[in-house]
Amino acid sequence: MPGIVAGYWGRKLGELEGGEEGKGRRGEPPDYVRWREEILEPWERATGVRSRGARTPSGVELREVYVPGDAGDPGMPGEYPYVRGVYPNMYRGRPWTMRMFSGYGTPEQTNRRLRYLVSHGETGLSLAFDMPTLYGYDPDHELAEGVVGVDGVSVSTLRDMEVIFRGIDVSRVSTSMTINAPAQVLLAMYVALADSRGVPRAALSGTTQTDMLKEFIAQKEFVYPPEVHMRLIRDMMEFCTREMPKWNWISVSGYHIREAGATALQEAAFTLADGFQYVEMGIEAGMDVDEFAPRISFFFDSGINLLEEVAKFRAARRVWATAMREKYGARDERSLRLRFHAQTSGYTLTWQQPLVNIVRTALEALAAVLGGTQSLHTNAYDEAYAVPTAAAAKLALRTQQVIMDETGVADAVDPLGGSYYVEWLTDRMEEGIYRYLDEIERIGGVLEGIRKGYFQREIARSAYERELRLRRGEEVMVGVNRYREPEGRGSIRFLRVDPSRTREAQVRRLEEVRRNRDGRRVREALSRYRDALERDENVMPHLIEAVKAHATLQEIMDVGRELYGRWREPEILRIL
Amino acid sequence: MFGSRPPRVLLAKPGLDGHDRAIYVLAQALRDAGMEVLYAGLFTPPEEIVEIAIAEDVDVIGLSLLNGQHMTSFPKVIRILRERGRDDIAVVGGGTIPPRDRRALEEMGITGNFGPGTPLDEIVEHIRARALEARRRKISSI
Repeated sequence: MPGIVAGYWGRKLGELEGGEEGKGRRGEPPDYVRWREEILEPWERATGVRSRGARTPSGVELREVYVPGDAGDPGMPGEYPYVRGVYPNMYRGRPWTMRMFSGYGTPEQTNRRLRYLVSHGETGLSLAFDMPTLYGYDPDHELAEGVVGVDGVSVSTLRDMEVIFRGIDVSRVSTSMTINAPAQVLLAMYVALADSRGVPRAALSGTTQTDMLKEFIAQKEFVYPPEVHMRLIRDMMEFCTREMPKWNWISVSGYHIREAGATALQEAAFTLADGFQYVEMGIEAGMDVDEFAPRISFFFDSGINLLEEVAKFRAARRVWATAMREKYGARDERSLRLRFHAQTSGYTLTWQQPLVNIVRTALEALAAVLGGTQSLHTNAYDEAYAVPTAAAAKLALRTQQVIMDETGVADAVDPLGGSYYVEWLTDRMEEGIYRYLDEIERIGGVLEGIRKGYFQREIARSAYERELRLRRGEEVMVGVNRYREPEGRGSIRFLRVDPSRTREAQVRRLEEVRRNRDGRRVREALSRYRDALERDENVMPHLIEAVKAHATLQEIMDVGRELYGRWREPEILRIL
Repeated sequence: MFGSRPPRVLLAKPGLDGHDRAIYVLAQALRDAGMEVLYAGLFTPPEEIVEIAIAEDVDVIGLSLLNGQHMTSFPKVIRILRERGRDDIAVVGGGTIPPRDRRALEEMGITGNFGPGTPLDEIVEHIRARALEARRRKISSI
């Protein structure tokens, strides 16, 4: 295999730890030592100290202050290894895409919400699907009871897709779909929709999340065993590389890893490990890395510890670029640039004093922008309760517009570049990422880590440690463990989706589709899809035929369930 | 108070919901508080949850859902327990549960229904109290 060398991460780690020059700074610079002894310590002896030994939430130990000797040279924006941003002029050239994650209820309701956001200045679409869709079930399945349309839009046939995109020109808008286990089916539906409107496949731009590794690690929206999902992803990769050059066939996602409890450092490390796993998948499929890697995109969480988040984004870019070039032999600049979408953290939003969430989201959005994001979703303040109301979603969008148009932070590229603290913290994050990558390699890689419950355990441990810090007051959540108010004060109105009405409407449409379609055509398409699966032939053309014949999502997903069974995750609790 | 055996709790997520952060945090907290904890895993149907609870002789079933399906899945667990005549097993809930649903669930006998931001100690103490109550009911029915 070209370029894939074992032991690379350990060697990188050694370089960083051992190097005297470059990024090898770990000790205390003489300036700081002198200042501490002569100035700080006498001062503290006289006035007292409020806190000692502070750490970032990822556990990086912090000093009081950073000095020139702490900061390495981050290079220039748009230049390898892209610490300061993937493009030379960043937001001076083009604003980040304001992409609000939306969808609820019926396709009709979602179509209205999408058009509402576009009319208020949203610049990219982002579709949220409901739980049955995410798990590959039709709305009339028993497990779907009580949850159809609650957390996203319900989609089970091409008909639903047509309604969602009514009046929306798919040749001009870029669409992101947060879909994973059934990603190949939803991609097929989007292609079928474009085909029926005469839009060339090559014109379609957007993203399917498709990242199953993080599902096994954190979000747990899986259907089949990991190897089966990886193979379907490989088919998507090959198909998109050939026919949809503007489509990001995967968005390697740290968001869910973080929201499940990981620290910023774990988020970056595990996500990059997943990203490299997909790269190895492509190389193993016999493709040249530069053929497919340019369309790999990322999705990160933007949390509340502003500067640690900025450092995380900057470090992730450096690690990706460096390993892509050195370990995987990529030469095309587009393969080296880590482009990402960011979403403000849902976990940091509180049920208590919900309006405070507006402030949190603004600061988290600022972190994403200062960290150089390409695309951003800002959470609405009511999301600790339910899917946002239209007004709350608009306010969240306005938050981005204020940051873009009023604050001036987008005027200069990487405005925090050269900050002694940010550069030092970026180096620490990078080092921590290499340490995790090395450990993952030692335990046998990402898939082995999933089977052993390694990631799941690490994340559950971090989540619990954070709760304990909150309990001890070492970490503060305003309104939760400090500045509390009696319950019920400042309560807000939030959106209620009626799952039984949504289900009724969706089942009615589904039954109509079933009545009007050509049953034989469906059966034949499904059987050709099944054959392709078994023969290890690319399934995408067969999936497109199946959705065009109006096969349902569940019918298609059931083919795989029959062949490969459902995945049951290892028992994490016993090993916690 | 609990004799020789500590409170025994079965945690479960009875719906299409992979958000398991809270349940793992709670599992660790209950364990650190000296309880015996079992986890039924994801997507466990209510029938199976009750099956496990009876077979494992637990005092409390703790249910968690963040996907909005609590008004469908939680009451099913209670109904099946009643059908099996097991009112000596307590049921508590948690997740993204709006106040209105909280009251409705409470009326069915599902207590707690803790939302995000609830202090861990509050949940642990509530489960301990419900376990004690369940244990007493078990003893009085012998």
